[in-house]
Amino acid sequence: MELLLWLIPLLPLAGFLVLAVAGARLPKAGVAVVGAGSVGLAALTAALLAALFYNAGSDPVIARLGPWFRAGDLSADFTLYLDQLAVIMTLVITGVGFLIHAFSTEFMADEADYRRYFAYLNLFVAAMLMLVLADNLVLLFLGWEGVGLCSYLLIGYWHRDPANGYAARKAFVVTRIGDVALLLGLFLLFVELGEFSIQPLLAGAPLYFESGAARMELIAFLILGGAVGKSAQLPLQVWLPDAMAGPSPVSALIHAATMVTAGVYLIARLHPLFELAPVAQMMVALVGLATLLVAAWAALSQRDIKRILAYSTISQIGYMFLALGVGAWGAAIFHLVTHAFFKALLFLGAGRVIEHMHHEHDIFRMGGLRRVMPFTFGVFLAGAASLAAVPWLTAGFYSKDQILLAAAGAPELGTLLFAGGVIGALMTAFYSFRLVFTVFFGEPVTQEREHAGWRIQAPLALLGVLSIAGGLIPLPLEQVFPDHHASHALGLVLLAAGVALAGIALAWWTHGRRRPTGETANWPLWRRGLDRWQASGLGFDAVYGVLVETPFNTTARALRGEIVDRAVALVIAVNQGLNALTARLQNGRIRHYALGVVLGVLALLIPVVWL
Amino acid sequence: MTLMALIALPLLAAPLVWWLGRDNPGRAGVLALIAVLADLALALTLFTAGGDAEPWLQRWQVDWIPRFGIQILLAVDGLGLLMVLLTLGLGAAAILASLSEIRERPGFYYFHMLLAIAGTLGVFLALDLFLFFFFWELMLVPMYFLISVWGHEDRDRAAIKFFIFTQASGLVMLLAILGLVWAHHADSGELTFSYFALLEAGLDPQFAFWLMLGFFLAFTVKLPMVPLHTWLPDAHTQAPTGGSVLLAGVLLKTGGYGLLRFVVPIFPEASAAFAPVALWLGAAGVLYGAVLAFGQEDVKRLVAYSSVSHMGFVLMGVFALNIQAWQGTVLQMLAHGLTTGALFVIAGLIQHHFHTRDMKRLGGLWHRLPRLGVMAMFFAVASLGMPGLANFVGEFLILVGSFRADAVVTAVAALGLIGAAVYSLILIQRVFQGPETETTASGISLDRRERFLLGALAVPVVVLGLVPQPVMDLAAPALAVLESLMPSGVLP
Repeated sequence: MELLLWLIPLLPLAGFLVLAVAGARLPKAGVAVVGAGSVGLAALTAALLAALFYNAGSDPVIARLGPWFRAGDLSADFTLYLDQLAVIMTLVITGVGFLIHAFSTEFMADEADYRRYFAYLNLFVAAMLMLVLADNLVLLFLGWEGVGLCSYLLIGYWHRDPANGYAARKAFVVTRIGDVALLLGLFLLFVELGEFSIQPLLAGAPLYFESGAARMELIAFLILGGAVGKSAQLPLQVWLPDAMAGPSPVSALIHAATMVTAGVYLIARLHPLFELAPVAQMMVALVGLATLLVAAWAALSQRDIKRILAYSTISQIGYMFLALGVGAWGAAIFHLVTHAFFKALLFLGAGRVIEHMHHEHDIFRMGGLRRVMPFTFGVFLAGAASLAAVPWLTAGFYSKDQILLAAAGAPELGTLLFAGGVIGALMTAFYSFRLVFTVFFGEPVTQEREHAGWRIQAPLALLGVLSIAGGLIPLPLEQVFPDHHASHALGLVLLAAGVALAGIALAWWTHGRRRPTGETANWPLWRRGLDRWQASGLGFDAVYGVLVETPFNTTARALRGEIVDRAVALVIAVNQGLNALTARLQNGRIRHYALGVVLGVLALLIPVVWL
Repeated sequence: MTLMALIALPLLAAPLVWWLGRDNPGRAGVLALIAVLADLALALTLFTAGGDAEPWLQRWQVDWIPRFGIQILLAVDGLGLLMVLLTLGLGAAAILASLSEIRERPGFYYFHMLLAIAGTLGVFLALDLFLFFFFWELMLVPMYFLISVWGHEDRDRAAIKFFIFTQASGLVMLLAILGLVWAHHADSGELTFSYFALLEAGLDPQFAFWLMLGFFLAFTVKLPMVPLHTWLPDAHTQAPTGGSVLLAGVLLKTGGYGLLRFVVPIFPEASAAFAPVALWLGAAGVLYGAVLAFGQEDVKRLVAYSSVSHMGFVLMGVFALNIQAWQGTVLQMLAHGLTTGALFVIAGLIQHHFHTRDMKRLGGLWHRLPRLGVMAMFFAVASLGMPGLANFVGEFLILVGSFRADAVVTAVAALGLIGAAVYSLILIQRVFQGPETETTASGISLDRRERFLLGALAVPVVVLGLVPQPVMDLAAPALAVLESLMPSGVLP
């Protein structure tokens, strides 16, 4: 089992290495086989390992490969750790990851730099697997930074356009702000507990720290800082909407299988630390709540199909944070899994739509696509229904319901958290179906019918089934997480179900039955202003531009001339000045020399005579 | 004897290369390369050295000027050996990088290069302080000529600035050495420049502090530490590629090495007292270098300022005064030598092929030169501290160690990691991505030698990133000695 465990991250890594080193000699078909095959094999290995793991009674598996570095009492080893949480994460990453790879082999077939695309994709999956399987926090950080790097490489995949490069750098730099917080949290943990290995840390922390100890709270806050960066939560959510600059399957990978779920995983993995830090844990819930509302609100006014989905990701991850914050660890992971299914599906579907519309992103220039893209419409509808949490039919309903009930049952601020979650659910249902109705209903804007091979259809169909029925998959986590007692009031369930349906009905009213053109010119001023504010993601970018970017740029430009160097230049100038002065005295005029001699003698004599 | 031969080989080869290769660039370069590689092979035999008293692997001494207690005293431990290997490895890389660039007076060029290498080796091996000072100066003079004769458009000013800074700091060091020797003489009646004797010097704490400051200044000018760094961007930018590689890769390391070898062990109490200030100076360097790197328009200047930032970490690592930070310091010095050396090679290739270093005129190189793009991305990513590559292990250990010493200053310095991402990626963006410009539209490709050179630098970056332990084990005994010298209560 140890060997199988190491195979899981090493297979995609090997895929990356083969593509990077020898890929130039491979034909496109060969690249596709290596790229998708390596992740497919990893998925099979993960499935086999999961079977073995559950059969053996779900005991954690530890696989040691060797030391990485050790200095004094510090040690960081290449060791993997598989428990119930890691099994689920691994299956999602490799499974959904493989479907995205398979989809890409056909979807990206016309791309000139096919090899680079798959190499990055494989590395991405390998890094994410390292993150969730790492036994110690340093190795976890390797995966953590690895996914950051790969997201940078893939968001900026079409790097001829500087805008894409900007989006890619923004993603990397913004998440790195969180990474630094995380790193400091790890240092503080190490200084306090002398350990980077996760299991001993989790076991040792309750013995060392009292609940609510200031240092424990600080550690948990720093870890939360890392999580909000990677998971695109307030206040570091700004990178994700721009991250759609990459190819659509990349967005699917970032939003579903890898990257943004990392923060949720991190907090879930380290949940005993948060249980010792009630203030930080409440902060997790509040960050989640604020994010889910802000992002859903921003999603209402987006016109770009991928931006709608990007804000919906931020919002849905907000739900997961909300669940983490109220201690419903299992519910957060449940929503992570169902979200992976439907969000991968929605981004792949959006990629199909955009391609069909010849790279048009604006939903108001689309319409009636259900007639010409019946297959894509079918699966997209399944995904959108799951996102909107259509009651009792979709996987998304069950996972979101768990979160809302857990929020309602929270010992503090339960009503607020529940109410916020319900309002978010209403907005979610509305913007999901605003998208569906605008794009797929109404008069067809094109008569061109879709055509897709099995490598595109099969992954979409499978993800469609999972979006609906994925809620039935059992997710045993009882060995990792403590029991959580959520409210089970029928009234609350009905309320949650009702708002989802109401949101859809509202969307039908405004965007299905009526067909707004998206034209805002004749709107009243306040409405246009509000729309622009919403569309800009509530102006966070502008604020950060003024507060961070501009001062930084100005400082860098102002310092370019080197203040320090001025001092050096001054020394040189003084020397040169003295030199010039003394050189001028030596001008060859006897009279001047004579004057100098007389003055000199006087200068010497006067003090003598005086005294 | 091996130690003497190690220095003598490039020293003796230098005039030979000058004469045989006086008007044949290819021959001069190949001969110089052979000399350095032979020296590298010789250095590798030190691994099998029977050993001396722990931690020393080998020691060799003869009297030089007995009247003043001056000896030719050479010794090597794990730390010294690593620095020697870095010097020779990067020396070879610097020569390879010079082959197509240097057309004028090639014999004379490689003469200076070999002299600089010999001087640096002497610095890393000499343990008689007078001899150390001798090599310190020997290393700088040929470097001055490399910049002022074969440098770029503004070479004269840069070379003079380099010379003034290093000579002034050398003078300070000489005074500190003489002060130390005098104090030891006054204390014990023995006149000696031997490191081993001076380690035992019973110094008045007040006086020791001033001596420590003298050494500190000399070494941190070289490191360089902000605000004594302003010679570096000019010197690096104006030097020919081989000179930049040698400067960044090796010469800066003499500063970090000097701090670890002399300042901390000879003045442990004074170092501990000064550590809080040094940590803040290091953190200031990390941030200042990062901000300045971002503001540059010149590829080489950007890389030069990134060195200032990275060396800030080295300063912090030395003065965190614990084993993790010191291990990190050694790794950071090696990693920085490799990655920054490689980035200077890349900058040199760009200058050679496109005749500009101005990022406003560059762009879209990836489309023409995908391999160069990949290599630049690799080294930029290594330089911003990606785990799995060499720099990460160094920076991580330094930060863990300095966090133990002072959490606040570490938190401030860690912001430099964000800065590193900003300036590294803007470099990639402005040079390699985006649309092609008029300057970069002409098609060229890398030749096999250039690809080999970059590949050869990339391999140890990966190895050090994934398997750093052998290197750390090699350095460990020397660092354990430092640990044992620290006054109790300093080590957390």
